[in-house]
Amino acid sequence: MEFTKLFYVLAAVFFIIGLKKLSHPKTARNGNIIASVGMLIAIVVTLVAFDVLNYKLIAIGMIIGAIIGSTFAIRVKMTGMPQMVAIFNGFGGGASALVAAAEFYSKVGHGEQTTFLLSTIALSVLVGTLTFTGSFIAFGKLQGFISGQPIVFKGQKVLNALIAIALITCSVMMVNNPDQMMTYFLAVVILSALLGITIVIPIGGADMPVVISLLNSYSGIAAAATGFVLLNNGLIISGALVGASGLILTNIMCKGMNRSLANVIFGAVGLTQEGASGDAAGKQMNIKSYSTEEAAMIFDAADKIIIVPGYGLAVAQAQHAAREVADYLESKGKTVLYAIHPVAGRMPGHMNVLLAEANVPYEHLKDLDEINPEFDTCDVALVLGANDVVNPAARHDKSSPIYGMPILDVDKSRTVIINKRTMNPGFAGIQNELFGFDNTIMVFGDAKQMLTDLLKDLKEL
Amino acid sequence: MDMINILTVFILAIFVGNEVITKVPPTLHTPLMSGSNAISGIAIVGAIISTKVGGEIGTWLGLVAVIFATINVFGGFMVTDRMLKMFKRK
Repeated sequence: MEFTKLFYVLAAVFFIIGLKKLSHPKTARNGNIIASVGMLIAIVVTLVAFDVLNYKLIAIGMIIGAIIGSTFAIRVKMTGMPQMVAIFNGFGGGASALVAAAEFYSKVGHGEQTTFLLSTIALSVLVGTLTFTGSFIAFGKLQGFISGQPIVFKGQKVLNALIAIALITCSVMMVNNPDQMMTYFLAVVILSALLGITIVIPIGGADMPVVISLLNSYSGIAAAATGFVLLNNGLIISGALVGASGLILTNIMCKGMNRSLANVIFGAVGLTQEGASGDAAGKQMNIKSYSTEEAAMIFDAADKIIIVPGYGLAVAQAQHAAREVADYLESKGKTVLYAIHPVAGRMPGHMNVLLAEANVPYEHLKDLDEINPEFDTCDVALVLGANDVVNPAARHDKSSPIYGMPILDVDKSRTVIINKRTMNPGFAGIQNELFGFDNTIMVFGDAKQMLTDLLKDLKEL
Repeated sequence: MDMINILTVFILAIFVGNEVITKVPPTLHTPLMSGSNAISGIAIVGAIISTKVGGEIGTWLGLVAVIFATINVFGGFMVTDRMLKMFKRK
């Protein structure tokens, strides 16, 4: 038994090496393979070391899981990646909670319960169940099963606070009340399931990357808590790695919006607020709407073009069309770069994956700090389905909900060409004064259709 | 003693995680999330064990846990590989 523990540490070492290799796209794929070998080691060791396991049952479970998991993995579209990660966070949290629950039923009442065991079970069930239900709500929002907009009602914060207090109370009672333990255990399960739902429903739209990152972190914390229950270092180390990863991403996303985590969780920004649109809404904007033909002439005269993709690009599945336009422009000797805002899309790195799918070389994908100085010398900035991340109100309009958010300085380009389907505001529900700027041109239409037309017009020039 | 030991491991692992993950470039953040999803499937170890030691209820909870964790492991590693395959140089 002592011997097997070494193999769990070995598995954890493989995970760490695997994550380390994610520091560069060149080595990343190998890193993922190394991590999966680590997982194989952990599984095989468990199967071998614990004799008289219920192998038939385990085989059935693993076959079902493998079929479902690989079907998801093979069939998911790159645009649907946020949903997939959301639901997987849920399964991870759910698995951890279930293991802790199984441990509860087996040990409790057999004189084996210690305060430490009970508290770790409570923690694992709490975090795991909350992750499970919260992730399914996030999945439903991203998939469009439920409204992607924040769902808010009066007294919501009070309700959440009451549930949280009841949850903590029941957890404490479960640990300290051997007679009523079963009742309190069930109360913890139900209340954490409820809390998972009520803390995710008021968050929506452009705040989804934060939610997904946070749930990712929770799924790791749940696994680590289960490691405490089982006294298994493999689970503890792996859970800590995932927990740290999710927290770092959460932090990057919050910084990308210049908001605190508390503000994202409780702020319900993204809801269309009356009067929140500041000066921009009051002023009549002079909008110049061009055809793709006219836009093509502007591209023809440009040397340096920066493409700014947003969630609209993902919705329209326009990543391939964008790359074809970029290829054509490059073949004419022009420079084409891509500006990726940290919160563009619905999860961290969403745009990068979409563009990688369309064979855009990763060297051309520039993050905020790299690309912003480039706009000064840029002839055309092409904004595809992005809105809030290019809204200059973030710089000066203190009444704007996005005030202080770092933005892409597209307005410094000689010409800004913005493609949108309609004049509807973005997910933060705010008008964008950029649309009325002198150097801004709007080209309305579905991104994919617009880019296809643009390419045709470019070739006919 | 157990408690101190595992807390030590947990805290040190968070520091390791922090060091390693801050070096992942933004362009790989989505594969990082799906890959770490797969790693949180390590709960499969606990799930396998609980099918044995959990008693009757525990066995069934363990079975569902095995299914969930296997979805994570298979789905997570496979989709991460699918994505990373697409990241190419010029």
